Amino acid sequence: MKCSRRDFLQKGVCAALAASLPVSALKLLAPGEAAAMLKESNLRWAFLVDTRKCVGCGMCVKACKNENEIPYDTPVTRTWVERYVVTRDGKTRIDSPDGARDGFVSPEIMGEEIDDKEITKAFFLPKLCNHCATPACVQVCPVGATYQAPDGTVLVDRKWCIGCGYCIMACPYGVRFFHPVHKVAEKCTFCYHRINQGMQAACVQACPFGVRQMGNLKDPDDPVTKIILTERVGVLKDEYGTKPHVFYLGLDERVR
Amino acid sequence: MKNHVLRPLWVALALVLVILVARKIYVPSDFGINGQNYTFGFYRKANLDDWKAVKVKYSGREYCKDCHEENYQANASSKHHLLQCENCHGPAGSHPDDPAKLVVDRSRELCLRCHAKLNYPNSQRAALPGIDPVKHNQGSACIECHKPHKPDMEG
Amino acid sequence: MNDIIVHGLEWTTKELFTYPNEFIYWSIQIVMYPYMTGLVAGAFVLSSLYHVFGQKDLKEIARFSLVFSLALLPVAAMPLLLHLQQPLRAIHPLMTPHFTSAISAFGIVFLTYALIVLSEIWFVYRGHFVTQADLLAGSSSLGDRMKRGVFKALAMGATDLSPEAMAKDKKAVGIMAGVGIPVACFLHGYAGFIFGSVKANALWMSPLMPVIFIMSAVVSGIALCMLTYIVIMEYKKFKAVMAKGRGDESVLLIKGAEMEVISKASRYLMSFLVAAISLEILDLIFRGYTAMKSWDILRSVMYGKDFVNIFILQYGIGNLLPFLILILPGRNLRRVTVATILILFGVFMMRWNVVIGGQAFSLSFSGFMHYHLPIVPHSLETFKEGLGGALMVIATPYLLFYFINKFVPSLGSSK
Repeated sequence: MKCSRRDFLQKGVCAALAASLPVSALKLLAPGEAAAMLKESNLRWAFLVDTRKCVGCGMCVKACKNENEIPYDTPVTRTWVERYVVTRDGKTRIDSPDGARDGFVSPEIMGEEIDDKEITKAFFLPKLCNHCATPACVQVCPVGATYQAPDGTVLVDRKWCIGCGYCIMACPYGVRFFHPVHKVAEKCTFCYHRINQGMQAACVQACPFGVRQMGNLKDPDDPVTKIILTERVGVLKDEYGTKPHVFYLGLDERVR
Repeated sequence: MKNHVLRPLWVALALVLVILVARKIYVPSDFGINGQNYTFGFYRKANLDDWKAVKVKYSGREYCKDCHEENYQANASSKHHLLQCENCHGPAGSHPDDPAKLVVDRSRELCLRCHAKLNYPNSQRAALPGIDPVKHNQGSACIECHKPHKPDMEG
Repeated sequence: MNDIIVHGLEWTTKELFTYPNEFIYWSIQIVMYPYMTGLVAGAFVLSSLYHVFGQKDLKEIARFSLVFSLALLPVAAMPLLLHLQQPLRAIHPLMTPHFTSAISAFGIVFLTYALIVLSEIWFVYRGHFVTQADLLAGSSSLGDRMKRGVFKALAMGATDLSPEAMAKDKKAVGIMAGVGIPVACFLHGYAGFIFGSVKANALWMSPLMPVIFIMSAVVSGIALCMLTYIVIMEYKKFKAVMAKGRGDESVLLIKGAEMEVISKASRYLMSFLVAAISLEILDLIFRGYTAMKSWDILRSVMYGKDFVNIFILQYGIGNLLPFLILILPGRNLRRVTVATILILFGVFMMRWNVVIGGQAFSLSFSGFMHYHLPIVPHSLETFKEGLGGALMVIATPYLLFYFINKFVPSLGSSK
């Protein structure tokens, strides 16, 4: 009799725990679902940045803020441009005043006036969400509020996000932030609302020098895809295994 | 006497049941594995449409052409032809309905984005014509002398 | 919804180069959260040492720490509710849990653990509920009638007080206490996993993180229970002395905190203390030795900016000093009290150094961020994520314990 009572209790606890399994986890086993999942999309967005052409005008940042309603006077932004100044002594100075929302209008960097003769190289580096293939941010969302759309775009469901901030901490690139008005996680969406209408992303259109481009990696005839496949391109922080899909021409080893 | 030891277990199971029922009611029916797998594709499907429905603000140069022919042509044949109208004038939206008028930014800071000279070796920025913002007419608006739509011919 | 607040901007100052979106997003409440779950786990483990492993010397404190563990439990969820940008959606991890995320475990583990603690308390106090309901049977005052109602409801109709029934209760307590240990460990260990699995954070990323968290959680739980036990028992003695004078018979009966119990608990405390510090030092040595890309900035944070926080406050005052106090011969009540206070401080500093320390350097590895805890609140956010919110979290378990203890008395000698 002693054995059966303990058994019953233990089994009962197990049953209770098992009954708490989410219904959606069971969905994984439904054969129809599994088949649908395996069918791949013929669209996979990739972004190409030609750093050799960037002059740091910041028009991209301004356009993004306006297009995506990020309050202009706040320091947070979906995309930004960094300035790197490398001097003869080997030191690298980096800055991004307000994310380059107002461009770079002074040679002063980090409060220092650097003599032109001391600079060995200097360049501008635009950054945005990399819409990774295995995004760490999506993996850590506790509620399924952020996800990867079928075309590779990583999005945030503003109605479902609880604002825990785990995705912001998990992103190695620092592209996420809390939206100052909506109070949920926020980041670049590749201008999902524009690219789905055949338009260019706001930053792509705004750049006067053609630094930013977007293309479909699944289409071998796409000009952007051709560059990515044939020329020497780099990505940011690939050691994290996130498989970023923003590719850089002229990426320097000093880039952080 | 029934075995009272299991009583807390019934409470626990009742709670689990309540949660499962609440979930059925609260969670939208399109929430699930809509993508490749549970790790990256667990979401509410209708959100894709939410994002598609966001209002477009920037329309691009061609939108301005019909009504603002003169400025459009002047710009198109000038050194500023790479610039979008909206770069300086802000998003067109559904102008002239909303906004009725676009910003005409006459500030110095707007021009300095490109034309504050930065002599960076191996950078296209150095190739842009520029001035030292401190030394060159500090405090004045650039457009007092320069024409933004056709900067080739300036005063 | 119209107010524009950049979360983190108010209490973060930046130095050198940081990405524009970087702020200290996980602030004081995220320090409080693992601290509180650590206390919960530790209190429960202490109680289980008696119920499962039969450590008879711990009987007094076991009952108390079990009930205190219950008082701590809702408070463990408080920091999260205060931190969430959308607290009204706090139920979502239970509605659509994404189990690839450590945080999603919270809803289920928390509930499971709550059910186990509540069940165990039920089995321990079922006799008390039944007898109290019976005692209040004849009374006509509203207060007494309400109390009787509560006790009757708590008994859940199981009124059998025969020796067989009580024996069943005792067995059930043992099972709950046993099952509860791994769950309590998981409740806190997963918090360590939350940090340890973030590959983007150079300080957090480590497989040792969950283990370090559990060890220091048990340390803090035991220390808190010992301290609270000492304070309450000594206060009771003090009250009796004040009321009746030192020589009175009733005063002599009230023993105050018992040294036997304290000594036993101290020994457990010391072993976990050693385990916790060893793992942390191991982690530090490995980082320095392997010197990955992040080592330069980590070194400048740990040996520079945070040197006092880590080596003086946490390792020195919070670990080494109380260890020495406890290990020296002639252990007495006053020394143990000081030691437990220092340990609680040390464990808090550990949480602080992990959470805040992990955000002290930029993802660019080329800049720093400084955290300024909001002391005087001027908005809801600076209260919730400031000193006010932290104090609220610290005070609430005692408030809850006061009320819970009225129905499940856990102080004083058992029959």
